[in-house]
Amino acid sequence: MTTASLAVQSVWKSFGTESVLRGIDLDVNEHEVVVLIGASGSGKSTLLKCINGLEPVDAGRIMLDGDLDVTAFRTDLDAVRRRVGIVFQAYNLFPHMTVLDNVTLGQRKVLKRSSDEADDRARRLLARFGLEDKAGEYPDRLSGGQQQRVALVRAVAMSPEILLFDEITSALDPLLVGEVLDAVRELKEEGLTIVMATHEMGFAREAADRVCFLDQGVVLEAGAPDQVLVNPIEQRTREYLARFLG
Amino acid sequence: MSNAPAHAGSTTVTPYVDPARVRYRQRKAWRDAAIGIVSLIVTASLVTFVVVRTPGWPAVQETFFSPEAFSESFPGLLEAFWLNIRIFLIAEPLILIVGLTVALVRRLKSPIFLPLRIVATVYVDVFRGVPTLLVILLLGFGVPALQLQGAPDDVLVWGVVALVLSYGAYVAEVFRAGIDSVHPSQRMAARSLGLSSWQTNRYVVLPQAVRNVTPPLLNDFISLQKDTALVSVLGPIEVLRQAQIDASFTFNYTPYVAAACLFIALTIPMTRFTDWLQERQRRQRGSGFSS
Repeated sequence: MTTASLAVQSVWKSFGTESVLRGIDLDVNEHEVVVLIGASGSGKSTLLKCINGLEPVDAGRIMLDGDLDVTAFRTDLDAVRRRVGIVFQAYNLFPHMTVLDNVTLGQRKVLKRSSDEADDRARRLLARFGLEDKAGEYPDRLSGGQQQRVALVRAVAMSPEILLFDEITSALDPLLVGEVLDAVRELKEEGLTIVMATHEMGFAREAADRVCFLDQGVVLEAGAPDQVLVNPIEQRTREYLARFLG
Repeated sequence: MSNAPAHAGSTTVTPYVDPARVRYRQRKAWRDAAIGIVSLIVTASLVTFVVVRTPGWPAVQETFFSPEAFSESFPGLLEAFWLNIRIFLIAEPLILIVGLTVALVRRLKSPIFLPLRIVATVYVDVFRGVPTLLVILLLGFGVPALQLQGAPDDVLVWGVVALVLSYGAYVAEVFRAGIDSVHPSQRMAARSLGLSSWQTNRYVVLPQAVRNVTPPLLNDFISLQKDTALVSVLGPIEVLRQAQIDASFTFNYTPYVAAACLFIALTIPMTRFTDWLQERQRRQRGSGFSS
C-alpha cells in the first residue's frame, strides 16, 4: 500500500467576512494518525475540505508527498482526490444505488477498474467491515453505523494514500459509534495515513499518534495524545477539554 | 436518529393485540365500508335525479349521448386518434431531449458557454410565455410561408415542432428543479471520489434528479397527450378535427364526447402507471422519504 505525507503551510480560508483558517500549519507523516480536536467553528472541517480541494484556499500551500501542490492554480483536483479520500459526517451515500454500486462507482469510472475487479474488491472490503450481506441493499435500509461503514469502504476502495475523516461518528447513535471506530482502528493497523476530526476523546487518546488542538483557525497545541489531552500546556486547550468532560 | 434495521435478525415475538380491540377494529372497518357505499349510492342517485329532471335533458341526451351517433362516428374517430398518438410518440422523446439539454446548458459554469446559456434562458422565457396554440399557429402557417429551401412544407411537421418547443421549455424547468433538488452534499461526495463534473452529473445528480421529478414530468406527458388536439388548427385530421367534421354533418355533438372518451382512455392508464412507478420506487428505496 502506498501512503503519502502531507504538509499544510500557512493556509488561510474565509467565508465572506468570517475568517475560518488563519495561517494554519500542519505536517502529517506517512502512516501517521493525526486527530484534530477543537470546538465547532475552529476550522477542522474546513481544513479537511481544503486538503482534498473541495474548498479552494485563499492563501498558503498544501503539499502532498512534497511533490503535488493541491493549492496550485492549475492543479488537476480530480488527480488529488484520487489520492486523498474523505468520509463525511452525514455519510453522503448515493441513495439511488445499492451498497455495491456505491462502492464500485468510483473504482469503475475514475480508476477504470473492470466491473469484476471493482466488485471483487468491494465485496472483500464489505466483508472485512462486517457488511457482506448488505451489498445488494439500498443505503436507506441500513442503520447509521452501517451506512457510515459503507461510506468508509467506498473511500477505502479507491486505494487512497491519505484518508480524511470529518467527524464521522458525530451523527451516530452512541451505541453505533463503536463499530465505526473499530473500522478506523482496522485501517490504522494497515498503516494508512489518516487525518481525523473528532469529538471522541477516548478514541483520540488510544488511537492517535498525534493530537492537534485547533483554535480560531490555527493549531494552538499539538503533541502526543497523553500530553495534549491529559497535560495540556495552553489555557484554551484546558478550557476546551474541561468543557468537554463537563 | 436511530434507524432500526427493517428486518433485524432478533428473536421474533408474536405480536399481541387485545381481542376487544381486534373486534372494535373489524367493526369499524365494516362500518366505514358500509357508510362509503351508502353515501356513494345516495349521491349518485341525487345527481342523476336532478340532471334527468332538468327540462333540457332529453335534448341534451339526444345531442351529446346518442348511442347511434356514437357507434357511427367511433371507428372514424379511433382512426383519427391514431394520429394524435403518433404526434405524442414523436414529440415526447424530442421534448425530453430538448428539456434535458436546455436544463444542463443553463447549469454550465464555464464562461465560454455564456452565449449558449443566454440562448437557453431566452428560449425558456419566450416559449413558456407564449400560449402553445399561438406557437402552433405561428410555426404552422408562418414557416411554410417562408418557402425555405429544404424546409418541410407539411404543416403537421411544424405542429409537432411547435409542441416540442413549447413543452421543451416547461420540461427544461422541471429538470432544472430536479437538479436543484439533489442535495449539494451528493455532488461533493461524488467529486471527493475523483469523479469529474460530467461523471458526477451523469451517475449521481441526474439519476436522482429524474427520479425526483418523475411525477411532474408524467403530468406534463398527460397534458401533452391532450394538447396534440391543438394541431387540428393547422388542418390535419386528428381526432378533434374528425369529431368536428362528424358533428357538422349530423348536427349531433356525440362525436365530441366520444373523442373525450378516447383521450380519457389514454390518460387514465398513464396516471395509474405514474402512481405505480412511484410506489415501486418507494418500496425499493425502503422508506417513504427521499433524502
